[in-house]
Amino acid sequence: MTRVAIVGAGCTDFRSITPEVSWKEIMYKAASRAYHDAGVDPRRDVNSFITCAEDYWEGFSIFDEFTPDQVGAVLRPMITTCGDGIYGLANAFMQIKTGLMDVVAVESHSKISDLITYRDVVLFAFDPVYNRPLGGHPYYIGGLEMRKYLQKTGATEEDCAHVVVKNKKNAMKNPMAGHEADLTVDQVMKSQPMFEPLKKLDIAPLSDGAVVLVLACEEKAREITDNPVWIRGVGWASDTCWLEQRQWWRAVYTEIASKNAYKMARISYPRKEIDFAEVDDKFSYKELQHIEAAQLCPPGQAGRLVSEGYFDADGAFPVNRSGGSLGCGNLIDASGLQRALEVVLQLRGEAGSRQLDGETGVAVSWRGVPTASGASIVLGVDP
Amino acid sequence: MRHVACIGAGMTMFSRRLKETGKEMCFEAARMALDEAGLELSDIDTVVCGSAPDAFDGIHMKGENLLDGCGGAKKPYMRVFTGGGTGVLAPIAGWWHVASGVSDVCMVICEEKMSSCFPHPQSAFAHIWDPILERPLQPNLVWIFAMEMNRYMQVHNISKEDIALVSVKNKGNALDHPSAQLAAKITVDDVLNSEVMAWPVQRLDISPPSDGAAALIFAAEDKVGPITDNPVWVEGVGWCIDSTMWTNRDLYFPQYVARAAKMAYRMAGIHNPFKEIDVAEPYDPFDYKELHHMEGLLLCKKGEAATLTKEGVTQRDGDLPTCPSGGLLGVGNPIAATMGVKACEIYWQLAGKAEKRQVADARTGVCQAWGDLMQYSSVMVMRS
Repeated sequence: MTRVAIVGAGCTDFRSITPEVSWKEIMYKAASRAYHDAGVDPRRDVNSFITCAEDYWEGFSIFDEFTPDQVGAVLRPMITTCGDGIYGLANAFMQIKTGLMDVVAVESHSKISDLITYRDVVLFAFDPVYNRPLGGHPYYIGGLEMRKYLQKTGATEEDCAHVVVKNKKNAMKNPMAGHEADLTVDQVMKSQPMFEPLKKLDIAPLSDGAVVLVLACEEKAREITDNPVWIRGVGWASDTCWLEQRQWWRAVYTEIASKNAYKMARISYPRKEIDFAEVDDKFSYKELQHIEAAQLCPPGQAGRLVSEGYFDADGAFPVNRSGGSLGCGNLIDASGLQRALEVVLQLRGEAGSRQLDGETGVAVSWRGVPTASGASIVLGVDP
Repeated sequence: MRHVACIGAGMTMFSRRLKETGKEMCFEAARMALDEAGLELSDIDTVVCGSAPDAFDGIHMKGENLLDGCGGAKKPYMRVFTGGGTGVLAPIAGWWHVASGVSDVCMVICEEKMSSCFPHPQSAFAHIWDPILERPLQPNLVWIFAMEMNRYMQVHNISKEDIALVSVKNKGNALDHPSAQLAAKITVDDVLNSEVMAWPVQRLDISPPSDGAAALIFAAEDKVGPITDNPVWVEGVGWCIDSTMWTNRDLYFPQYVARAAKMAYRMAGIHNPFKEIDVAEPYDPFDYKELHHMEGLLLCKKGEAATLTKEGVTQRDGDLPTCPSGGLLGVGNPIAATMGVKACEIYWQLAGKAEKRQVADARTGVCQAWGDLMQYSSVMVMRS
């Protein structure tokens, strides 16, 4: 079966508000940049299109209706997947693997600034009988989970603050980022308590933005670009949807998703065979939890290692060089695609002043509160 | 590309099911499909969920909520969503999970629970319109389908009587379906005398809102042997979306259906659909839509579907049995879960498991779903 590569990438800047453009316009912008980057004409060269969206985020009842025109998909095969951007990449990967499609475009966006009732919409994702009636701001789940994670692993709130400092500093070098800052651990620790032990700066601020990646089969990829980034493995998984049944200190979905992605990529020792990672950090502790679940350090060690600078841009194993969600903003279901985009730019050597060394990178996503679903994708300069 | 087989299917009763949650209906359908295939959940390595608007259930990220009912917990679980087109698109997604080599056995579950939408699921459809150009007009789905029906009737000079025959046939066929909600022996006059909703659409021209779930299991060719000696193969898939701006196209012919059908036929090596297809399940949420979709599926020339229906060609014992299940008009229209009367029905027909609904000598079948703003179609061709 053919191998699959990413041959084009485009995105908008990630900004906390974008009143001057509509969601259709940011989709158009990211798509036209990606097609230009790949040197393809969507009306002629792209066989299939995928967008990743959820109705309630968009404010429509059937959002799929509004997807084709601005990405060039009119009268072409297109689907919506209700997952984050890496789920879209997984579908595109499978479509190409079947041999049915040669070139597939994957789009994901966030226009979350249009949503004035974020708290209520997230609450609508809670079980309507058992959990939703409890009310409150849904991020209390993050507070409870962080408490359990710290208790089980011995990581500290200061370790989590180090994640915030690192990612916001990393974002200083990322021109797309919208929430960069030069902070100290002390400043993070003193920021407003929100959902104890989560503090204001531990929480990734919501942002708008769109990302499009173009995927191609091996034959087309070699025609289109001298610089393909190969999808070596992809995995996605869900833990139980019941809050009451989860092991709160573990990201079981990432454990399964990463295991499947590594198996496909024939990676046995992730920490040795992978050079850098972009992992979900919608909350600071989530980065630590996801690093451990993706086997990028021994269980329970991520907190200590981040404080020692191990995951810094110039550390032994850079994590979230893009700035992550803490530095770029929480792009909702586009967050995963933003991570994959960063890995692509790094592997192509196009990351500018934040360029890392390395030939293999992994991106890990999480769909946010209250889900226990996420995906992993391993990308490399060699297939 | 790996050859992919359907090896089991299940569907719940379609009706107003206030006592069950969506999860429970998913579980019921999944259990039926697993039993038919002789498998357990541990044999399934990926799960695909198909469900249409979250607004029906009032649950944001509905796929996440349904995942344990679908058997997706601690597994790779993916939800796809293309409005009404989900009913055949979800099995297509199941197909690419297996055909790609990523998964060996994939279970597809489609669910819809419309009754929880109060006072009527139409209120969820108030939010499917362009917020600037259309929503201020407060349109209703029946209105736009009335426009499409009118245009179709006018271009081909088709009468209401001819179209009503579809409703009579499908509701009659549904008498043999154990899951049917609106099976009935009715006449053309009953349809013509029913309440006018938005001319030319009358009450008996429309399928009912419904609750239900359906499941279908796909396996790779090298895994089928030990599981079943009677597999049904997926031979062709196609899907297509047209522009959001439905007001800019001539509604008399669904171009997007034809494109999806051509894609599926090309893959299946079908050159003359009318001759080569033995049984068809086009999407029939309205009676005129069956005719419209037969033409879109290239099963007849433009404008000829009504004649074929009048001549009895589309009856269960005709040359081209169409909607032998009873379709959405007879069995019910729980949007995504209509997979049960489309993809699952074609599987049952080709596997010879359709019991009282069985058509004779069916080797090749096609099913199709339709959705969004009269703009989406998904098509699957199967062979025994």
